[in-house]
Amino acid sequence: MKQAQQPEALPGTVGEGLAQRGISRREFLKFCTSLAALLALPPSMASAVAEAISKARRQSVIWLSFQECTGCTESITRSHSPTLENLIFDLISLDYHHTLQAASAEAAEHAREQAMQDNAGKYLLVVDGSIPLGNPGFSTIAGISNHDMLVETAKGAAAIVAVGTCAAFGGIPKADPNPTGAVAVGDIVKDKPIINVPGCPPIPVVMTGVLAHFLTFGSIPELDELGRPKSFYGETIHDRCYRRPFYDQGKFAKSFDDEAARKGWCLFELGCKGPVTYNACATTKWNDGTSFPIQSGHGCIGCSEPNFWDAGPLYKALSMPVSATPAMLGTAAAAGVAAGVVITWHNRSAKAAAKTAHEKVTVQDLAREDK
Amino acid sequence: MSHLDLLTFARGSALNWALMLCVAGVVLRLFEIFALGRKADLARPRTVSPGSGWRTMATRSLPPEGMLKRDPVTYIGGYVFHLGLLVTIFFFAPHVEFIRSMTGLGWPGLPAPLVDALAVAAMMALGILLAHRLNNPVKRMLSGNGDYLAWALTLLPLLTGYLAYHHLLSEYTLMLALHLFSAGLLLALLPFTKLFHTFSLFISRWYNGDISARKGVAS
Ligand code: SF4
Ligand code: SF4
Repeated sequence: MKQAQQPEALPGTVGEGLAQRGISRREFLKFCTSLAALLALPPSMASAVAEAISKARRQSVIWLSFQECTGCTESITRSHSPTLENLIFDLISLDYHHTLQAASAEAAEHAREQAMQDNAGKYLLVVDGSIPLGNPGFSTIAGISNHDMLVETAKGAAAIVAVGTCAAFGGIPKADPNPTGAVAVGDIVKDKPIINVPGCPPIPVVMTGVLAHFLTFGSIPELDELGRPKSFYGETIHDRCYRRPFYDQGKFAKSFDDEAARKGWCLFELGCKGPVTYNACATTKWNDGTSFPIQSGHGCIGCSEPNFWDAGPLYKALSMPVSATPAMLGTAAAAGVAAGVVITWHNRSAKAAAKTAHEKVTVQDLAREDK
Repeated sequence: MSHLDLLTFARGSALNWALMLCVAGVVLRLFEIFALGRKADLARPRTVSPGSGWRTMATRSLPPEGMLKRDPVTYIGGYVFHLGLLVTIFFFAPHVEFIRSMTGLGWPGLPAPLVDALAVAAMMALGILLAHRLNNPVKRMLSGNGDYLAWALTLLPLLTGYLAYHHLLSEYTLMLALHLFSAGLLLALLPFTKLFHTFSLFISRWYNGDISARKGVAS
């Protein structure tokens, strides 16, 4: 990683960087093949990708962390293809990331300012964490509020990647009652292209895939209406879940360790939010394709959706009411009885009034009417 | 408001109010019917026929002789629709889960493709019955706005549920929210429309059977 102490080492082309590190074309092509696969391109495109990338300048990336748990950074460091090392050394120049960088204090801030100056209009801004609007003092870096740092750094960015559900949608800090007044990046920055890469945390290859796309094509990928790249967030977990046949057959686990759970039946009744969650877990999986939450026996909690934390209890089936209780229905029934008493009283008094007002008809009355 | 927020609202406050209106309305109307009372019948019953009310509940649920031939659309359409609707409501696994969460009572659901087929049959029957209602002069004359409202209130949850299940027309989360809204509407209006026959039907059949027996025409 480049440090503040050596600002003269401005990013050259990726090809030059590779040559310097003694990486063979063969190795690089192999790397580009896995990149192409990640971007859902045919393998034949690998050499075109290699061509595009080796001519490109190493992309300057500034990574800002606001109200977050560092889970997103933890996740990206476990990316396998490309590995974070590959990505940092070969493709990008991570100029500022206060968890990963060696520099600290003033030198660190200086690195950010330097990168902003040197690559004005061209750097990629990555943000994780939400921004507190309740009080600027809730979260600051070098005495600068998150809001101000975001606005300042966004100005010269080519595009912004909001990594993690917090940056993309507000995430857990925004969960009811949202004590810090947390908002998403998109709530503050309106004039830059923003790619939302939600997830709590996002899948590492999805993060690196989005960066790779930007590097290869110099543009942002196609997004859905929530700003998420369609290539990774185009389908629900449920659409691609290997337990789906059990769902369709109505075979559900009733508890986490019953016979049905051991047979791998569907986790819907245990609260799985897969049917309403758009993410790539079921296909790319985690830990280098090892597994994903549903495969290890736990339902999806919907972490890549806005306000997932407030979308009803995690272990309540999606079709269950969020907050209705039998007591509530009991109250409603009591209200029904009370209203019934009132109406009955009204009906009965109408009946009684009709009875008293009733006059018997005599033969004379009928005779009179006949005339 | 994202689609998930809409769904949370549909599963939350909107559903709570719909359920409360439904329960309060059903209790209110049943209370009203029973509290209306009947004058004591001082006459000796014409025939002694215990159980006539109960038998009528069953016999009136079958077509009278010759009627199936005379009006097959109404009878067959009616059966297909009601059966499809009942199975869809009470045997689709997510619905069973819903009922279990509210009442503590649960039973195994049926396989989704079977429920799916019956839901389609129910919707087709609803369509045919509407066409028949509009084309048959007697039926049309007998139909008021309340009948068409009841028809629409019943079709909507079936249709949105079907579209949601098959991911048609709109994104799943939104369709699921619409499905819950339509089910909420159905619940909230059920006690105050002709759909109340869900609760009053067998009560009135029993009463008709019983009173008729007293008057000499036991079933
Ligand atoms: S486990 Fe979840 S995502 Fe998988 S089929 Fe069941 S409900 Fe769908
Ligand atoms: S399975 Fe669902 S909750 Fe789990 S990581 Fe994937 S999207 Fe998030």
